[in-house]
Amino acid sequence: MIDQKNLDNHNLTRDEYGLIVKLIGREPNLTELGVFSAMWSEHCSYKSSKFYLKQLPIKGKNVVQGPGENAGIIDIGDGQVIVFKIESHNHPSFIEPFQGSATGVGGILRDIFTMGARPIALLDSLRFGPLASPKNRSVMDGVVSGISSYGNSIGVPTVGGDVYFNDCYSLNPLVNVFCMGIAEKDKIFYAKAEGIGNRVLYVGSKTGRDGIHGATMASQEFGEEIEHKRPNVQVGDPFKEKLLLEACLEVMDKGLIVGIQDMGAAGLTCSSSEMPAKSGTGIEINLDLVPQREEGMTPYEILLSESQERMLIVAKPEKIKEVKDVFAKWDLDAVEIGKVIEGGQMRVGFHGEIVVDIPVSAIVDLCPIYERPYAAAAQPKKEINIREIPIPEDFNKILMNLVASPTIANKEWVFRQYDHMVQTNTILLPGADASVLRIKDSKKALAVTLDGNSLYAHLNPRAGGIIAVAEACRNLACVGARPVGVTNCLNFGNPEKPEVMGQFKEVVEGISEACKAFEIPVTGGNVSFYNETEGVSIYPTPVLGIVGLIKDINKVVTPGFKEEGDAVVLLGENKEELGGSEYLKIQFGREDGIPPAIDLAKEKAVQELCLEAAEAGFLESAHDLSEGGLAVCAAECGFFSGKKIGCELDLNDEWRPDALVFGETQSRILVTAKSSKLKKLLALAGKKGVTAAAIGKVGGKKIRISLKGKALVNVPVEEVYKEWNEAIPRNFTVK
Amino acid sequence: MKFGVVIFPGSNCDFDTFHVLKNVIRQPTIWLWHKDHGLQGVDCVVLPGGFAYGDYLRSGAIARFSPLMQEVGEFADKGGVVLGICNGFQVLLELGLLPGAMLRNKNLKFLCQFVTIRLENERTRFTHKGKKGQVLRVPIAHFDGNYFAPPETLKEIEENSQVVFRYSGANGSLTEEANVNGSLHSIAGLMNKRGNVMGLMPHPERASERLLGSEDGRVIFESIISKF
Repeated sequence: MIDQKNLDNHNLTRDEYGLIVKLIGREPNLTELGVFSAMWSEHCSYKSSKFYLKQLPIKGKNVVQGPGENAGIIDIGDGQVIVFKIESHNHPSFIEPFQGSATGVGGILRDIFTMGARPIALLDSLRFGPLASPKNRSVMDGVVSGISSYGNSIGVPTVGGDVYFNDCYSLNPLVNVFCMGIAEKDKIFYAKAEGIGNRVLYVGSKTGRDGIHGATMASQEFGEEIEHKRPNVQVGDPFKEKLLLEACLEVMDKGLIVGIQDMGAAGLTCSSSEMPAKSGTGIEINLDLVPQREEGMTPYEILLSESQERMLIVAKPEKIKEVKDVFAKWDLDAVEIGKVIEGGQMRVGFHGEIVVDIPVSAIVDLCPIYERPYAAAAQPKKEINIREIPIPEDFNKILMNLVASPTIANKEWVFRQYDHMVQTNTILLPGADASVLRIKDSKKALAVTLDGNSLYAHLNPRAGGIIAVAEACRNLACVGARPVGVTNCLNFGNPEKPEVMGQFKEVVEGISEACKAFEIPVTGGNVSFYNETEGVSIYPTPVLGIVGLIKDINKVVTPGFKEEGDAVVLLGENKEELGGSEYLKIQFGREDGIPPAIDLAKEKAVQELCLEAAEAGFLESAHDLSEGGLAVCAAECGFFSGKKIGCELDLNDEWRPDALVFGETQSRILVTAKSSKLKKLLALAGKKGVTAAAIGKVGGKKIRISLKGKALVNVPVEEVYKEWNEAIPRNFTVK
Repeated sequence: MKFGVVIFPGSNCDFDTFHVLKNVIRQPTIWLWHKDHGLQGVDCVVLPGGFAYGDYLRSGAIARFSPLMQEVGEFADKGGVVLGICNGFQVLLELGLLPGAMLRNKNLKFLCQFVTIRLENERTRFTHKGKKGQVLRVPIAHFDGNYFAPPETLKEIEENSQVVFRYSGANGSLTEEANVNGSLHSIAGLMNKRGNVMGLMPHPERASERLLGSEDGRVIFESIISKF
């Protein structure tokens, strides 16, 4: 008998239980309840988000696969496709930072190679609490080590990502992992269980008791009992995954299989129910045949284990031997555990008894979809009265403080723990606006970026969503890439709270509006709710992963200044905006105001100008203005030059000097051009109707910014570099 | 010259190395699978970077027992040319084809970055196309690259000029800062006494194409294929 305690343990409501009974026509046994619990968890079912996600634009002429599969697929021409997705691994990474983040990497890699693509790049979007706290430092150290250990071992380069710091992540760090793979268009594989009588093969690692109910755990708030959840975190084995990767790609390349699905969240339950559900078939499996690394496991445990590095394969009976031979070559188990059957049931045997006998559609497709109540509380905060904020005297000092803010500071301490060069495709190393990868034997290149400013989203969720898309596209424009596809990871608090649902609704609306304006399809993503601990929720944190295509690899633009004497041009308009800026936060300890306004038509025009100028070969460098505004942007261009080269800029605007130098007004890019090409660049801007001002020159050993001739910033690049470079490592020095 | 690139199950720089040998240096190149027997008439065996068998025990510790490695050992004993890059270097140390061992990097972190290394000995089959004192810009990517050997071994390899590369500043100076992983004597690359086996931690295959930011690594491959 299922009682209230059982339901509570399985995080199911009374109503949901009632629906289960109705769907299967009887009371489920405990194993079946476990199956429903995992598959109907927020993590697997998207029951709170589906309703709102429907508005995202998912169509486009190059979309081969949109949301609903393991990953999205975009056609990049010449018979090739890219397969990419982002996923969160927030909850496990807080409980056990190293294994939590490592298995996050393992999981997203499987999502990509299960579709027949060889993974070529990993990126991570990380959010931590301030580094002053030892706990936050240890979480960050563990997360970075975990990513490093998994990605480096398997040999997929971790080429970039972003790292932000804010108090709201102290009890809820975020680990969002992105992976992109490349495949031949005619060799894509899906999670299909087609062909009655076809065999079901279990491949990869043996099943243990780790990670049972991981998906359910990721769908709950945390309280003080968090330490007890550590056994819910899986343990990763990157070497096994490397073997699995090679073996899977080999059986696919040889055309030996019908369908394949990885065992990620909800393990064997998820793969063995989703595959037949997608094909209108049923499945019969015998748990006695599942390779196990522990004795005495119950059917409940075998079905819900989230042991890593496992896959489920469907193959024709006559191909089984060949499949097994390939897996044997890579020293992996490949065991026949069942077959595809008619009738749409999932029938699971154990010790001669049927322990689960339920329709796959009930588990996969009939989970209730909630249109949860939302509060209009998520209204833009009141504009701050900018006049009340004093204009500080010493801009040099502010610049030093800004570059020492970990959100802005050099992330090399993180990136150099990742092997970002393996596979020898990385053209633009981590730290730039976007990472750029060549495609061997082709003139084309791919650019990838992750972006999302949660302070903006906190202050105005809709603007946060719009700006995240706009800035990610701007990052791509800076390297000369046109966006082709979007994946997103939406990190929020408890969706049962109306104000959180309000934030979610508005962020999704913002993302949707911006993606429509840029005409880029969303091909999938991930929603992570319940990022709350002890009642404290994170800021709404949308992370956008956008992939861009560069037609000619020789036209890639990089952010660093190139040579003394090059002209510096600011594309876009200055305004007087300080709300939500890193400047207000660092200098005045304020996280308020309204985030910068954004006009998507103007944004697109600026990006188009940058792209056309890049393609015409006018640009020596390009870098977008974001956190810390013009001063930080100019400083970084100097750092990235490799020579710590300075610049001399003079502005001619009527705005407050601090807003001009440190404000985060959107739709601006700082570019440089040879003086011989300056005229052409400005003419192109004029033709496109984009404001572009030649504001100075590259050169010298100082960063000099003045307003109508009056010096505001005048500081040696070397000094600023030192602050920028040491801000993060100084927290982790081994004494 | 015919190259053979060994694939251990956890090799991950195998494709990169193969790509450079075949498409950049343009030499006939074949795969050598760790479970197979026979070196198929190759003139040079390359052990690529990676995590040979996962390296959970110690980098390269299991690889030395693989069937193919016994044959690579015999090949080396007969004077065959063997190049070990990164994990390949670690395997050569475990196999005893080169002296010494690797410890964790001095900062106890994985390090992936461009470094500069100074060419110490140009009279080798791996470097004769280069110049003594020449500084190469080449990436490293390893956790265990902190070279260690007892004093008497160090003395011996120095006396025999077996040190082929040292970590240095861009101007060739040997400093603690430039010695990023803490290697004794700043050793980045080392050969055996006979001069037919070399291992190095930096990845020359990642610095053999202009697009990747450096072509300095090519000198090693070009030396190997030229008459010595």
